[in-house]
Amino acid sequence: MSTTLTTSAPATCWACSTALGESPLLCVACGKVQPTTSLDYFHAFALARKLQIDLPGLEREFHRLSRRLHPDRFARATPQEQEWSLAATALLNDAYRTLRDPIARVEYLLKLEGLEIGEEHAGVNKRADRQPPADLLEEVFELNMQLEEMRMTQKMGESDPSLQRDLKSARTKFETLLSEVDNDLATQGRAWDEGDAATRPAAAKAMAALLDRRRYLRNLVRDVNQVLGA
Amino acid sequence: MPEETKTERVVGIDLGTTNSLVAYMEGSEPVVIPGVDGSNLVPSIIALDVLDPSDPGAKPTVTIGNSARRALIETPDRAIYSVKRLMGRGVEDVQDELKLFPFHLAPDIQPGEVIRVQLGDKTFTPSEISAYILRQLKRNAERYFGAPVNKAVITVPAYFNDAQRQATRDAGRMSGLDVLRLVNEPTAAALAYGLDRAKEGIIAVYDLGGGTFDISILKLNDGIFEVIATNGDTHLGGDDIDNLLLAVAIDEIHNEYKIDLRQQPDAIQALRKAVIEAKIALSSQDSAKLDIELPAKDGVTQRYQREIPRAVYEQLIAPVIQRTAGPTKQALADAGITADNIAQIEEVVLVGGSTRIPAVRALVDQLFGLSARGKKPHTELNPDEVVALGAAVQANILAGASAATEDLLLLDVTPLSLGIEALGGVVAKIIQRNSTIPASATEHFTTGVEGQTNVAIHVVQGERELASDCRSLARFDLKGIPPMPAGLPRIEVKFLIDANGILQVSAREQRSGKEAQIEVKPTYGLTDEQVETMILESFDHAEADFEARQIIEAKLEADTILAALEKAKTGPAWSLISDSEKVQIETARANLAATKATGDLAAIRTATTTLDHTTRNLAEKQMDAAVSSAMRGKTMEAAGESLANENIQAPHPFAKPEFEDDDDKDK
Repeated sequence: MSTTLTTSAPATCWACSTALGESPLLCVACGKVQPTTSLDYFHAFALARKLQIDLPGLEREFHRLSRRLHPDRFARATPQEQEWSLAATALLNDAYRTLRDPIARVEYLLKLEGLEIGEEHAGVNKRADRQPPADLLEEVFELNMQLEEMRMTQKMGESDPSLQRDLKSARTKFETLLSEVDNDLATQGRAWDEGDAATRPAAAKAMAALLDRRRYLRNLVRDVNQVLGA
Repeated sequence: MPEETKTERVVGIDLGTTNSLVAYMEGSEPVVIPGVDGSNLVPSIIALDVLDPSDPGAKPTVTIGNSARRALIETPDRAIYSVKRLMGRGVEDVQDELKLFPFHLAPDIQPGEVIRVQLGDKTFTPSEISAYILRQLKRNAERYFGAPVNKAVITVPAYFNDAQRQATRDAGRMSGLDVLRLVNEPTAAALAYGLDRAKEGIIAVYDLGGGTFDISILKLNDGIFEVIATNGDTHLGGDDIDNLLLAVAIDEIHNEYKIDLRQQPDAIQALRKAVIEAKIALSSQDSAKLDIELPAKDGVTQRYQREIPRAVYEQLIAPVIQRTAGPTKQALADAGITADNIAQIEEVVLVGGSTRIPAVRALVDQLFGLSARGKKPHTELNPDEVVALGAAVQANILAGASAATEDLLLLDVTPLSLGIEALGGVVAKIIQRNSTIPASATEHFTTGVEGQTNVAIHVVQGERELASDCRSLARFDLKGIPPMPAGLPRIEVKFLIDANGILQVSAREQRSGKEAQIEVKPTYGLTDEQVETMILESFDHAEADFEARQIIEAKLEADTILAALEKAKTGPAWSLISDSEKVQIETARANLAATKATGDLAAIRTATTTLDHTTRNLAEKQMDAAVSSAMRGKTMEAAGESLANENIQAPHPFAKPEFEDDDDKDK
């Protein structure tokens, strides 16, 4: 399977030549920070590419590594080590931020696995807004009409309690769908974790589709909230 | 590592809007280093001294701190305060500030250029002015240690953007300091509080200073201070309260006495001093009085007298104080804390002089439900000093110098999202606000036209959807892309926010493997070359011989105080002091004059300090005289026109004048 990110890293410590093994950011023997050109986030935490993560354990490891890697610890070190410390800490922080969030974690894993997913922030090469999920076409169409009507009503400085009720119940419905998606994601996540090379691609594909659906639903809920909050 | 680096002192500096301080770790305790006048606070005021016209070779010198205070009233066109509000900002940003501050910008600033402030016939960037303050703090520390100090940690408001941070770092460089780290003020305060207690749990730091407001939510865990969310307003603080009170007073004086003080910068400064005193008094009293002699009109002098009851004052300032509520709620929301589980916030730390205001404390109490939970905010450490103390702790962490701090680590966040402008002017966020720093993001860019060799990237900071609503940070021009068909080049750009909260960018064309050249055009900032030229001159030379410089400075200081004394003897204040005081002063003067010639550093300093103490009462009297003389409009010609043409609307009048006899006034 092709990966978009490489996971190569030096095998030994630059300072004492000890094999780096499971702790690629930091040499266990001499404690020196290591150059970290292109580690993936799982590797940075010496974790397997699995979606079920022990969060308290992740935080402990984050704190332990931060104490050793942070630029504050290298204020008197060589410029080279300072640079590595900065890069290693940035990677550690990015990794922690991504892995502790269940959705970002899935998105990241799928990207590592070479699946193309619509990213929230990829505005530069942004793809056009996706089509609504096929099973929701009708509801989405109706919701958009109601949203538009509500915006008009608000623009006129009027209120429409029945429309407001409709929007609130639509919001409840889509929020329910959202939590269903989250459940399905968790299920597929377990399937990924317990699967093998043969079954994992199917789980990954399912998760990519669920993420798309989730993003779509979330934007709908956000739109409703915006209109109701105004 | 050479040995001296191990013992080299790193100081912590709070470069404040109103006051600045320098502190360091003495053993396991952070302490503030006092200035030559014995005061811990160096007012963030600088003044360009009036040159002696008879000496054409005279170089302009700059006065900093308390001794510059007088210049605010006597020569308002040569003095500046609250320059922090101008750091890292463009001309178009500061128009509102200019309405209420007596700042004069250089007339020839082009849009997009770093602003320069006019002092006398010279202009200075805000970074240069800050550099003078930093240099004074550096000297205070050097005097205290008797050794050079070259490294520092400087605090900045947590909500400072990239340009404001860069301007602060530039100021450090100009002052001859190697700025090891910029630390966020609320985080520094948390460090100062957290040092002596092994706290665990979530705390909030509410920091309302002279010109900035910050709110930070931190998680404390076994010596790790992890910021979870921060928010704020870099233009909200005690200054706004002062300006409000000032506007009301000016308006009233205009309406009732038909005197327009806005044309008289010296009178404005005197009035500002009076409203600030009233503000301070209202933090501990139920009412305060304004009683000021107005400039004479048609040969008649009248007094502006107002009683300001606390209730009226609080109603007046409520909108200013209330502006802290929004950022506070946002920070709590970002930290995942709702009104229902506010009890997760175990402690609230108050920082900044403006948190002395009872109405501010009441708002904090309400926002965090403190008294409802039987809690009180932490105010044990002096709110003016706590940030500098925390900076000293961080300086000690960086110096790796002591066991007291070896287990402490700050994990701070970036206060604003970083984004790039995409098609249609919308912002694509690449690093979200409240991301732990250092943080990075990698983006890929390509070309749209065959053979295109340049790609421009516009980087912005802020939360809004449109780039035009965010803060423009810089424009990066990726150059030297090998000519290829459109869409084929793959340029990888790495954005990295470092531990100072400052952006670094690097780029690589992946298909050719060529390191792309990046030309950075900071939207509001100085280039390295510009900073080089602004390095405060005196540094280049004097650093070589520290001892000699100290003696020269001590002599200069002695000269200054001797000259001031000679001048004072001819002024009205001299007649107000007792004969025995005059004898004391004369003894101290003669002693200093004699000691000065010896070149004995310690002796000169002692004699200077003695004379300074002996003349303190005289200086007070002189200051009072200067104020009342300014109010009569008798001092130097009014040179500025700040506040001119501004239609200030008083939102609420003060109480009606009281014309009862004041027997405790009129010395």
